Amino acid sequence: MYKMAAIGDRASVYGFAALGLDTYFVTEADEAKKLIRRLENDGAAVIYITEQLAELVKDELARISEAPLPAVIPIPGVYGNTGMGMKAVNESVIKAVGSDIV
Amino acid sequence: MPATNVNPTRMELTRLKKKLVTARRGHKLLKDKRDELMRRFLELVKENKELRLKVEKGIAEANRGFALAEAVMGSEAVKTALLAPKQSVSVDASSKNVMSVNVPVFDYKTRTADKSDIFSYGYVSTSADLDTAVSSLAKVFPDMLRLAEVEKSCALMAAEIEKTRRRVNALEHVMIPDYTEKIHYITMKLDENERSTQIRLLKVKDMVIKKNYDAKHAQK
Repeated sequence: MYKMAAIGDRASVYGFAALGLDTYFVTEADEAKKLIRRLENDGAAVIYITEQLAELVKDELARISEAPLPAVIPIPGVYGNTGMGMKAVNESVIKAVGSDIV
Repeated sequence: MPATNVNPTRMELTRLKKKLVTARRGHKLLKDKRDELMRRFLELVKENKELRLKVEKGIAEANRGFALAEAVMGSEAVKTALLAPKQSVSVDASSKNVMSVNVPVFDYKTRTADKSDIFSYGYVSTSADLDTAVSSLAKVFPDMLRLAEVEKSCALMAAEIEKTRRRVNALEHVMIPDYTEKIHYITMKLDENERSTQIRLLKVKDMVIKKNYDAKHAQK
């Protein structure tokens, strides 16, 4: 059985606790990297991360995207949608197709 | 491109011809794999985008709800209300093989049987805005999980497509022309050798005839 987690600034993720996700309040890049590694080892299958925080730990996310698990999914935080999640989708299209066609 | 690093022998020619056949077959198979992966990928990406829009909208809505609740109740009260979650989810992750890419499939389970059992507080001291916020978050949750599945699959498939495309291109533009070139070179070389042997034989025969002729005339 795998766990699900939500990480990011407090205001953005505390609501997910109600759904039963593990929530972690992080805003620093180093802290976030450590936390992601720990969650990876602890068997988290899905990690929702706020776009603001995801922006800070891009290289870590790139490393994880090669592995089958966990799935790290950027979600918009309370400070609004930065469009990073959509950009990531478009980037994978560019990677696969060679140009942005969708 | 002169193929100088091959021995122009029949054995080498047979070997290269076999390799060329294998390369052609591999190229065809990989091309088919790439095309099929691409088709599935594009379907998935479309779903991914739709889901993402939906989830982003849902989360924004929930966040608005939480902000409202905090404004009404005070942030401390909201935090206290959500401090001890009643519900807990765990995911069952299995994998599905799509054209040799292992994509994850998530199936979530809640600790309590009732999935809507998400309110970890009594209704007396909390505002209705909090209930709305929590329930709107619960509403997008299945979509969020599906998004995780789809987005991860997309990322994995994109990597696989890129790899396959490289292989197809390497076969098509490097290996196959290279083999063809080498085979051509060996064939030409062997033909040339054959012709030169023929000519040598003709010359030798001429010489022998001439020698016999001269000998015959000298006798007279």
